[in-house]
Amino acid sequence: MRFDTVLIGGGLSSLVCGILLQREGKKCLMISAGQNALHFSSGAFGLLGCMPDGTPVDAPFEAFSALAPSHPYRKIGRTLCESYADAAVPFFASCGIPLQGFGRRNGFRLTASGSFKRAWLAFQDVPFFSSDDALDGKRALIVTLDGFLDFYPEMLSDGLRRRGVESRCVSVHLSCLDALRGGPGEMRSVGIARILNRETNWKQFGREVRALLDGEDLVIVPEVFGLEDRIVNEWIAEMIPAQVLYVGTMPPSVSGIRVQRLLKNAFIQAGGTFLMGDTACDPEWAPDGTVRCIHTANLGAPGIEADSFVYAGGHLFGRGIESHPDGFSDPVFGLDVVCDADRASWVERGFFQAQPYMGYGIGTDERFRGLKDGRTVENLYVAGAQLAGCNSLQEGSGAGVAVMSAMHIAADILKRTENVGE
Amino acid sequence: MSENSINHFEQCIKCTVCTAYCPVLGVNPAFPGPKQAGPDGERLRLKDKFYYDPSLKYCLNCKRCEVSCPSGVKIADIIQSARRRFNDDTPDLRDRVLANTDFMGKMARPFAPLVNKVVSLRPVKKVMDVMMDIEQERTFPKYRSKGFDAIFRSDFAPYQNRFPRHVAFFRGCSTEFQHPETGIAFVRLMNAVGIGVRLLDEKCCGVALMANGLWHHAEKNARHNVKVFSEAVAGGLPVVAVSSTCAFTMRDEYPGVLEVDNASVRESITLAEKFLFEQVDSGRVKLVFRKDYASRIAYHIPCHMEKLGWSIFTKELLQMAPSISLKVLDSNCCGMAGTYGFKKENYPYSQAIGRPLFEQIKSLSPDVVCCECETCKWQIEASTGYTVLNPVVILAEALDIEATCAANGGFVKA
Repeated sequence: MRFDTVLIGGGLSSLVCGILLQREGKKCLMISAGQNALHFSSGAFGLLGCMPDGTPVDAPFEAFSALAPSHPYRKIGRTLCESYADAAVPFFASCGIPLQGFGRRNGFRLTASGSFKRAWLAFQDVPFFSSDDALDGKRALIVTLDGFLDFYPEMLSDGLRRRGVESRCVSVHLSCLDALRGGPGEMRSVGIARILNRETNWKQFGREVRALLDGEDLVIVPEVFGLEDRIVNEWIAEMIPAQVLYVGTMPPSVSGIRVQRLLKNAFIQAGGTFLMGDTACDPEWAPDGTVRCIHTANLGAPGIEADSFVYAGGHLFGRGIESHPDGFSDPVFGLDVVCDADRASWVERGFFQAQPYMGYGIGTDERFRGLKDGRTVENLYVAGAQLAGCNSLQEGSGAGVAVMSAMHIAADILKRTENVGE
Repeated sequence: MSENSINHFEQCIKCTVCTAYCPVLGVNPAFPGPKQAGPDGERLRLKDKFYYDPSLKYCLNCKRCEVSCPSGVKIADIIQSARRRFNDDTPDLRDRVLANTDFMGKMARPFAPLVNKVVSLRPVKKVMDVMMDIEQERTFPKYRSKGFDAIFRSDFAPYQNRFPRHVAFFRGCSTEFQHPETGIAFVRLMNAVGIGVRLLDEKCCGVALMANGLWHHAEKNARHNVKVFSEAVAGGLPVVAVSSTCAFTMRDEYPGVLEVDNASVRESITLAEKFLFEQVDSGRVKLVFRKDYASRIAYHIPCHMEKLGWSIFTKELLQMAPSISLKVLDSNCCGMAGTYGFKKENYPYSQAIGRPLFEQIKSLSPDVVCCECETCKWQIEASTGYTVLNPVVILAEALDIEATCAANGGFVKA
């Protein structure tokens, strides 16, 4: 079996890269071992929320020059990053995912604890503001659902109070959720969203909230709507005579799942082949050190050949890199993982401190081609969370690195085949 | 930690992704869901079997939780294995009737026209519904008077020796008793590309036995089949099935749930589409398609095909035919899950699970629906009115048999 490009991983980075390539007529195969980090999405994409030392960042592109030269953004360069950023919004819109943002500056996303976090772009149904004082002086009604344990109104209320936003917490009893509430299973965001997707049910919710409203300017509800289509969120907002804000819950992320499905559909619609629940393994190498073909656990013996391979297997959670008592490794290609040799320095003692191990990843050259024993593998690119050189959790840069590296790699692959064509 | 370890459930990091993809959880609130029924429940059950929850029977065993799990936890295996180890209920008559697909087939065959007629009568359905909890809205697939085995022996067996190489054909219960045309299409396909077919002394793969709690019987069948396959494989024959669920069960459920070791034959157990694609891909076989065969096909990927990960082979093969226009349906469970949907208590859930699929098919209005699983076929045909064919049947129809024979040194009796 032969493809132009094989992408390993089915998350944000792989999907963006795959869609861009497939739309340019490249025959792509995507191999995804289980679902991905979009299922835990906050509803917003971070680019650079703060510097590695914790200093908050308002103008991320201007801050790139202060990052280490090994940081993915430095490898791409500010000018190209800015052009990719400009391309990102129309790109996601073309996949059915409208995003909101504030140009070159960070916006502020309201979190479930009532604080504001810096982010680059946000899904349309996420409360996203140009400054962290956007809600100051307002009054809010925070609504949860009886029996739902993955959303904490009091915590949210407490966080808002510190900003001078007064709020009242209420819980709504919806009879359509009785079966879910009384059942032996867990009452999770997606289960609720499935039920509230039905018109009679979300209308019941809208009516109950409208009745509870007592002059508040804001209504804050958990994001348990819009699993299929975010139009439901807009319809509910229309029913309620106040500004309605949907705030993320504990996983799974309803909006993240929707976005993942839209991206996957865009890839398939463009003609891409998606292998779900399969694992890449046993690469075969050509004499010149490039990857000749890859195998998968499900497909077995026939190798999958390609001109180029994009490895976007995620971080430790996605098992794109693995930890062992004596170090870290790449489970598929055996590429070099950049990490501290001394186990004692992998972690910081303080739970909320930046954890060094979160910054470990696969080493690459300037074009994001993986290094194996220090040498560049010419046709194997590494994208997204798997890349070394950034602590995305600390920086709030996970989605930014995923999207930028994916766009950079897609451009490189397209340029390279153009050159061959000449 | 090894994926076969008894503590494999500890790989679960409680991320809840599986709960978003369980088709049962969306319609039946009595089911605790894959995470709780699987890895969460397992740590309790290991302490004391008191924690075994009978509602685990609502699991369809569709494996969608496993396909979605980012941590590689075999969630549905954990659930099915818990049913096997902890459920003491003796299967009742209804479950035995549904489970013994091969025995029932053999019993019904001599009286096929009569049996088909009787079980499709309204009053009889009503009685089965009331007395046996078999849903009266269901129609049993028709038994054939002449099974595949008999047809093969009289029409095809005599000339199979003239081919230079062979495959062992695992025909499965539905080909034998209800849909011999699938087996005939398979033999014609193989013969056209110059490959002979041998039958196996097979027993039912056991999937319905497992679903209905006849574990011991299922295990016996598994041991028998693995032994028979070993002989075929020793003779250089791959074991080729036409039902995705048979292939999946024999490859993955034998070791994963029944704890029957199939390591020596597992890689040789394959599906017609995978086998044929590999032959074409490696250049050993050439397919020539008819110019006058045009069809708009909607391809439904059965859950166990999703789990096998082999739908790519079916898609590639069907797309080789120049005048087939192929639409792959959204990944949804049809709700039938073998014998699950026949049971009265499951019927409403079964239909609710399948609804998005039925609606998509109706909106597309294809010439024909295609899928590798016979119980998906029954469900989709009954719920949409569209004809559902195994890809093998479509390929055999779309192929220019004469030209394909000529290209491969094949031979098909007219």
